[in-house]
Amino acid sequence: MNTRARSGLDTATLALIALGLAAAWALLHAPLADPQTPKTALFWAATLGLAGLAIAGIRRLAAIDGPALYASATAALFGLWILYFWQLLTVALDVPRVLLPAPTLIGAALSEHMGTLQTDFVQTVVKAVALGWLLGSGLGFGVGIAIDRLPFLQRGLLPLASLTSTIPLVGVAPIAVMWFGFDWPSKAAVVVLMTFFPMLVSTLAGLQASDRLERELMHSYAAGYGRTLWSLRLPAAMPFLFSALKVNATLALIGAIVAEFFGSPTSGLGFRISTEATRMNMGLVWAAVAVAAVTGSVVYALLVSLEKRAAFWHPSIRGKK
Amino acid sequence: MATTTKLPATGLSQRLGSQVLPVLVIALATLLAWYALTVYLNAPGAIERVLEPKGPWTWRDLLAATMAVPRPVLPAPHQVALDLYSSLVDWPLNSPRNLLFHVAVTGQSTLVGFAMGTVLGLVLSVCIVHSRTLDRALLPWIVASQSVPVLAIAPIVLVILGTMGFSGVAPKAVIAMYLCFFPVTVAMVQGLRSPQVIETEMLHTYAATRWQALWLLRLPAALPFLFPALRVGIAAGLVGAMVAELPTGAQAGLGARLLTGSYYGQTVQIWSALVMSALLGLTLTGAMAGIETLVLGRRKRV
Repeated sequence: MNTRARSGLDTATLALIALGLAAAWALLHAPLADPQTPKTALFWAATLGLAGLAIAGIRRLAAIDGPALYASATAALFGLWILYFWQLLTVALDVPRVLLPAPTLIGAALSEHMGTLQTDFVQTVVKAVALGWLLGSGLGFGVGIAIDRLPFLQRGLLPLASLTSTIPLVGVAPIAVMWFGFDWPSKAAVVVLMTFFPMLVSTLAGLQASDRLERELMHSYAAGYGRTLWSLRLPAAMPFLFSALKVNATLALIGAIVAEFFGSPTSGLGFRISTEATRMNMGLVWAAVAVAAVTGSVVYALLVSLEKRAAFWHPSIRGKK
Repeated sequence: MATTTKLPATGLSQRLGSQVLPVLVIALATLLAWYALTVYLNAPGAIERVLEPKGPWTWRDLLAATMAVPRPVLPAPHQVALDLYSSLVDWPLNSPRNLLFHVAVTGQSTLVGFAMGTVLGLVLSVCIVHSRTLDRALLPWIVASQSVPVLAIAPIVLVILGTMGFSGVAPKAVIAMYLCFFPVTVAMVQGLRSPQVIETEMLHTYAATRWQALWLLRLPAALPFLFPALRVGIAAGLVGAMVAELPTGAQAGLGARLLTGSYYGQTVQIWSALVMSALLGLTLTGAMAGIETLVLGRRKRV
């Protein structure tokens, strides 16, 4: 990898990054950064110098032309530095925990309340989100297929379904609570409602995605409606279906968490976030947010890799090599 | 997102038949289904509380009773419409009983947040396009944040701003702001990069500066990307503003109206607040679409 001197990673960049990280470690443990000692000009000079070093390292890494690995490394390094300065400044300046807890505090809260957060995760993600997402997306897909042969219904439903994206659908949460109780079914119902329409719209759009030429070819093979749907139109709709699934995954998490703000039993990520926020227990709040964020990104990444397997032949995937 | 398919210029009657009629039929069917559901869901309560005490009753009585329960499981559409109408007409504009008062409160924080988020997104996207470092270090995080339920940090923002002494519009606007900011930034980076190489090279041969290239080429080219993001952003901002009204126990705003309705079991109030927030969302995005048509005119949309 290091053989390509111009476009690859050179020793100077590597040394600069290593130097920056070493200096960062030293400053974090120096008596200068202790919350008890008054902040001298020396501390500020060291912090500013370190920031300069960090920026120089990121700049050099970002300037490298090369495989996508370098781009990810740049983003990762940047994230690492943000996390570091967050830690350094919150501890050194003794920022109140209510305003911004240090990352280590959030980590401590995460491991301390692992059991609680696990229950919350099961309550919100495994029950409400997963079930609602599957049901909502499945229903949207099913209705889309069902009205595929009914252009009249399509023309009537599509404008109305598109309009729902501009409506704060999550507001039905209090009604869902009245109908389905405080527990997870009411949250799943909100998620079903929120995920149904994006899937319906995408399914209808995806089924139109195949070329006229391709459809005529299927016709010339004497393929019937079902065969054409299965062999041509559904595969052609794959990118649309997956983009709806991805959008829906985020929507489902938001829907379930916000629905829990409206009232829920004594567990759930949204419940945890809102109640611990009123109790000013911000370490746990941030930990719950971190769980939600990691869940969102992991699900998204899973869907992306699933899409690569399912629609590997599609130009939109092949182009991303 | 509203996908507008432009039909070729046809006669009005033909357009009416092919586009408006199906929508009307579906809307009517929804309304009928709503009424049927009203009868079905309210029947047990109506029988128990209204009809049984009075003695024998007929189907006609049952139908009438299900539509007039004071706290129905599902209010009939006309009950919601009447409640909406009376709240708009019977109370002065500055009374908390008037829904327009709540619309103004929520709409104000939405619009303030939307404006701040758009400006922030524009500035950041211009910086990202002109700086390779920001592009490589920051943009991946902004893109990744779209798969994260960022609305979950709304209570944190409220607590932080609360301890710093901000209350009222500011916290709600901040939440609406950061929800608007993500889509605008991502779309604008894409849009500012949309000009072809040949176009940028032509400006280069004219010895145009970076600012001139930005102003004359990149920004106009980015507009078709910007407006869909603005429509998404303002809808997200409205959700943000409404959610921000929940944990604070706010007295005003559509979100607060929903919450108090659910506390006191006032179903009709919940539904009319819901309808009002839907109307507000439609109005805001409709206004954005109107501005888009004004600015872009007949230019091709993305």
